Amino acid sequence: MIDPSIVREISEAHNEPDWMLKIRLNALELYNRLPEPKWIHGVEGLNVEDLILYKDPGVRPATSWEELPEDIRRLYERLNLPEYEKEYLAGLSTSLDSETIYSRVLEPLREKGVILEPMHDAVLNYPDLVRKYFSRIFPPAEHKYSALHYALWSGGVFLYVPPGVKLDLPIEAFFYISTELEGQFEHTLIVADRGSEVHFIEGCSAPRFRKFSFHDGAVEIYAAENAYVKFTTVQNWSKNIINFNNKRAIAERNAFVEWVEGSIGAKTSIVYPSVVLRGEGARTTMNVFSLSHGPYVKDGGAKIFHVAPNTRSTVVSKSVSSDGGVNIYRGLVRILKGAKNAFSHVSCDSLILDGESEASTYPHAQVDEPTAVFTHEATTVRFSEDQLFYLQSRGLNEEEAKGLAVLGFIQDILRGLPLEYASVLREVLNADFSGGVG
Amino acid sequence: MLEVENLSVRVDEKDVIHDIDLLLSPGELVVLVGPNGSGKSSLLRTIAGDPRYKVVSGRILLDGEDITRLPPDERARKGLFLAFQTPPEFDGVTLATVLLRAAGRERDPKAFSELVQAASRVGLDPSYISRPLNKGFSGGEKKRSELLQALFLNKKYVLLDEIDSGVDVDGLKQIAAIINDLVSAEKGVLLVSHNPALLQMISPNRVYVLRDGRIERSGGPEVLEDVLKAGFYD
Repeated sequence: MIDPSIVREISEAHNEPDWMLKIRLNALELYNRLPEPKWIHGVEGLNVEDLILYKDPGVRPATSWEELPEDIRRLYERLNLPEYEKEYLAGLSTSLDSETIYSRVLEPLREKGVILEPMHDAVLNYPDLVRKYFSRIFPPAEHKYSALHYALWSGGVFLYVPPGVKLDLPIEAFFYISTELEGQFEHTLIVADRGSEVHFIEGCSAPRFRKFSFHDGAVEIYAAENAYVKFTTVQNWSKNIINFNNKRAIAERNAFVEWVEGSIGAKTSIVYPSVVLRGEGARTTMNVFSLSHGPYVKDGGAKIFHVAPNTRSTVVSKSVSSDGGVNIYRGLVRILKGAKNAFSHVSCDSLILDGESEASTYPHAQVDEPTAVFTHEATTVRFSEDQLFYLQSRGLNEEEAKGLAVLGFIQDILRGLPLEYASVLREVLNADFSGGVG
Repeated sequence: MLEVENLSVRVDEKDVIHDIDLLLSPGELVVLVGPNGSGKSSLLRTIAGDPRYKVVSGRILLDGEDITRLPPDERARKGLFLAFQTPPEFDGVTLATVLLRAAGRERDPKAFSELVQAASRVGLDPSYISRPLNKGFSGGEKKRSELLQALFLNKKYVLLDEIDSGVDVDGLKQIAAIINDLVSAEKGVLLVSHNPALLQMISPNRVYVLRDGRIERSGGPEVLEDVLKAGFYD
């Protein structure tokens, strides 16, 4: 049981309006009432009540690096963020523990009405806009941990792109957990208005702790008519983060939501991005990549709901398991009656690098519309002893050889990433395999 | 010098090599012939360090150093190259990526043009350098890719396992010329072949005849002439 006083404290600390407190308290009631989901595993030892549920980094949100205290600025400089922002981004927001401490969007975009603000500020500054979408895309009642998220959410970012505004450069949100036994519950809400275009990148990091920390964030995306939203995550939490993420997009008429989910780090990761294709002609593509290297469990997948006619979805899932790693793909495609000529294709490819590792896929489809088409394919590739010996006989060591096999396997996904991210991912993978397990 | 001393090898609970001795010096061409299943490929794979081939007794020395227990990549770094009889295919990993990484020359601006040169030397269209390694290559193209790798990686000892199968007569001439070049460049070349046409184009320093995992006969070029005269075993 979590006491409502914690929820009230978080709400008061942010001067929240009543409607938000009400969302929190209702969600808390749901959390305390809902059973532990049956499909969850890998979270044994997680006792939510023992976590630090709100950690104030003690920094006022800033819109320039100079305003931040020196030690924090240094942390971000080590992560190369200020430089990256200058060269590649239209906007950046960074979260430390439970709060967003920095956010800035390029001036010309701000003038056009693009809003990038810490979520808490947006609740106060744009209550009508936020209230229209907040918790309406990913409902608190979905399961116990989404309820927990809405009860305790803090930090995260709000992005609004006005009608017709097209951003050439991506916007990035970067999340950092600084202590162990911490819970991070940030909330990201993206509203892309009619005909707008935006690419949003989410990056995560945490140092290595002795004990785990728990990440239970949420991402809500609203793509209005003809809007295009690309959402890219490169999740590289350290290996003792339990990563739970509640992600959903709604796509209206002719909107296009593109999802790239790269799951590299974390002890246990449970993430199923989902898209509701609500308007006629809406479409989505989801590229999901998951690496389980060592005794870790990656539980991921994609959920798509086809509600309207002529909606299309494509899911490409690629997983890599090695050194005892386990990958589980759980997908759901639901095509509702009336979603005429809807089309969905799901492909799941697994690469298994050795005999101790596993991968399984559970694609599920429920098609209630006779004119709709659903297709599915799955392949499992094992990196053979002969392939390993061949590369080794060229002079590559075992880790380099496996790293190359992994990069080759996910090259389609690398192509979909911004250049800088593709190279970061390459480096992370190389480091992961040359550093051995963990 | 590459020295194989008194080597016995087992794979999948089966003894495939018995008490073999073999020598290969830089600048020498040594030919290994014998019927199918006589242990030629097993011997080459054992020398290169295939972990499935267990050395039961004996040892392998490379320039005086015992490499019998070293992993394949360390043997490669010390100067061994094995051209595979049946090279495996790779998805998404290009020939260039593997070779530049293996040679530690990813940031060397000259390396790529050397690859292109090596490709034309072995008669492979340079576009193959940027294709996934061996993926969809024909039999002959795989052999040329192996030779390209041998040239580019520039190791002191080159083991060629049936580098000639699936190659036409012009191709064989090209391969023979490359083998001669390697020998002139002071490489030690150990060639496994079944192909009389290729064997007639080269002049080995020494020849070993293998049968049932044992050396049945060894000697100078005259051994090869006898074998060619008697006709091949299969």
